[in-house]
Amino acid sequence: MSLLYSEVEEELRAAVRDLLADRCPPSAVLKRAESRPYDPDLWKTLAGEIGVAGLIVPEEYGGAGASASEAAVVLEELGRGIAPVPFFTSSVLATRALVQAGAGELLERLADGRSTAALAVSFAASPYRPDRGASVRHSGGTLSGTVTGVAGADVADVLLVPVEGDLYHVEGAEVRAETSFDLTRPVSTVTFDGAGATRVGDVDLVAVLRFGAGLLASEQYGVAQWCLDTTLAYVKERHQFARPVGSFQSIKHRLADLWLDVVRARAAARNAVTEDTPVAAAVAQAWNAGVAVRAAEEALQLHGGIGMTWEHPLHLYLKRAKSAEVALGTPGDHREALASLAGVPGPE
Amino acid sequence: MDEARLKERVAAFLSENDPAGDRLEFLRARFDAGLAWVWFPEGLGGLGLSRDMQAVVERELAGTPQIDGGVQGIGLGMAAPTILAFGTEEQQRRFLRPLWTGEEIWCQLFSEPGAGSDLATLATRAVRDGDEWVVDGQKVWTSGAHHARWAILVTRTDPGVPKHRGLTYFVCDMQAPGVDVRPLRQITGEAEFNEVFLTGVRLADDLRLGAVGDGWRVAQTTLMNERVAIGGGGGARGGGMVGGVLRSWREHPELRTHDLHQRLLSLWVEAEVTRLSGARLREQLAAGQPGPEGSGMKLSFAKLNQALTGLEMEFLRDLGYDDYAFRRSETVDFYGRGPGYRYLRAKGNSIEGGTSEILRNIISERVLGLPSEPRIDKDVPWKDLPR
Repeated sequence: MSLLYSEVEEELRAAVRDLLADRCPPSAVLKRAESRPYDPDLWKTLAGEIGVAGLIVPEEYGGAGASASEAAVVLEELGRGIAPVPFFTSSVLATRALVQAGAGELLERLADGRSTAALAVSFAASPYRPDRGASVRHSGGTLSGTVTGVAGADVADVLLVPVEGDLYHVEGAEVRAETSFDLTRPVSTVTFDGAGATRVGDVDLVAVLRFGAGLLASEQYGVAQWCLDTTLAYVKERHQFARPVGSFQSIKHRLADLWLDVVRARAAARNAVTEDTPVAAAVAQAWNAGVAVRAAEEALQLHGGIGMTWEHPLHLYLKRAKSAEVALGTPGDHREALASLAGVPGPE
Repeated sequence: MDEARLKERVAAFLSENDPAGDRLEFLRARFDAGLAWVWFPEGLGGLGLSRDMQAVVERELAGTPQIDGGVQGIGLGMAAPTILAFGTEEQQRRFLRPLWTGEEIWCQLFSEPGAGSDLATLATRAVRDGDEWVVDGQKVWTSGAHHARWAILVTRTDPGVPKHRGLTYFVCDMQAPGVDVRPLRQITGEAEFNEVFLTGVRLADDLRLGAVGDGWRVAQTTLMNERVAIGGGGGARGGGMVGGVLRSWREHPELRTHDLHQRLLSLWVEAEVTRLSGARLREQLAAGQPGPEGSGMKLSFAKLNQALTGLEMEFLRDLGYDDYAFRRSETVDFYGRGPGYRYLRAKGNSIEGGTSEILRNIISERVLGLPSEPRIDKDVPWKDLPR
């Protein structure tokens, strides 16, 4: 199994990157971040014309039937562009749950971008604690309870709720967008008060979250790569003491170390989608979540004062990185899981 | 040639050469069949294939007599690619076959007491005398010099030009009069390295690799390959240095603590992503040549080895050491020795083959394109540099 990118993946990457450069550079993302973070027009083009919405939807339901490896390349680019579109929440997490449930009709609606879905699971849940933040009961065809920290629910028109191994399509839930640390992927509190629930099939929530965790590593790699590239460009240009600051050894060595972390994050992200095992997903999350945060923090420090201003888009990346570190399990959660997954037992 | 054809070729080779026969004869025949290193040209032990096809040959010839990657490490990893890139046809034919079979061992005469990280400032002189060169100087940190037949050697041939421009690269005959090899004892107790004194050593001009004055460029090829050789090892998940520590960890549940467990898991993850990165790098190398990215692998492995061996000592709580007796060692025996040895020997990982600090400079300048620090030695003739 190769850890390199295929030609098809490189073409897909180029299409996404060109579109983002044209339609929503980081400055544009920043401009809309406080009012209406998601960009529905951009999503329409990405989902429909480039076809990312149906990437992992099976061909029989109108999708591309592509592998996680291709979705991962899209996520790298969306992370790099901090793009305000619900690809991860709708086309990865919710879609994976629907594929498991065999929900053909809903998948067809998602595949061409007509509908956008969200899985009503806390983004702070993990494959090891899938129920974190959720207290939902099913009785008599309706749902009651609350899920906190749900990503993508505010832009979804299809809400999917997993309850004890069943997946429900729910209408009439209350979605309250919260002031979120991550401006570009805000979370909501979803409340069900006897909301009508239609069962769409079986769902293995742990497997869905693990799939998501493995793919999130690619987005984190993309975030880290942008932070590194942007910082490199800045330190080459910024002069102090009559020299580019990037010529000082203390700066160069920090960036060399960061580069090494980012290079390894790319390999870990690739392995998570090609090997597709619980170990590979846990390794990628344990490493990449921290690398994205470190890259954003280093970027902020090495930009000096400008990095601390609202007008520079860097803070969007820091906020994304720090929130994504919590999403789908912290690095510590994944390391802890590796104790048994990789055979490194703790004290007796 | 595709995989199937290559397998046929190996099968044909095996039908004509008995692996149970004479080891050396078998290895020579393997070289002559182009199955030594398939990415080398035909006639020089290869078939002109891509590097990744080597794995096919190794699989097919598993269980047959093998070369010794340890003792032959410098020859295989550094001298051979340099000879291939810069040697004349005659030099390639003379040196590569016995280098690969292990009949002739190689060492590296690069570093000097006054030229470590700043290799280009080296002072060993080579002065032309007719068809020969007369070499005088002192080299250091020379692994395996005591059983080497040949060495790759960088000398100064023109002190009147800036340091990078006045160097010339040679193959040095280690049996020539005037070559004096003395062991250099290390903190581990053993002597893996040597000091090599060169006094009036006469080398024929046909031992020169590359043009006079072009030695720095030739040496770069050697050093890039060295870093890949040191840092680019393959292996399975949970193998290498982390595997050694894990064995101890599993054998001694009574010694485990929560603190060590957290740190070990972090290092396990770092070892795994480093392994994956190496696997990815090798996939890229299969297509082309080692680039400066190889420096990154070496840097990662140095840091990991040091952290893991340090943790292992702390874990085992053993205040002993296996053996400080002075001896000559053939290769680095990481796994055959005790944890104290591993800890001490790993300290060298961030110094040998380019210090971690120099590697960070290389990464930042050649990979990341950051500007170099202002320098005072670039345009000054070597003889006028302060030292």
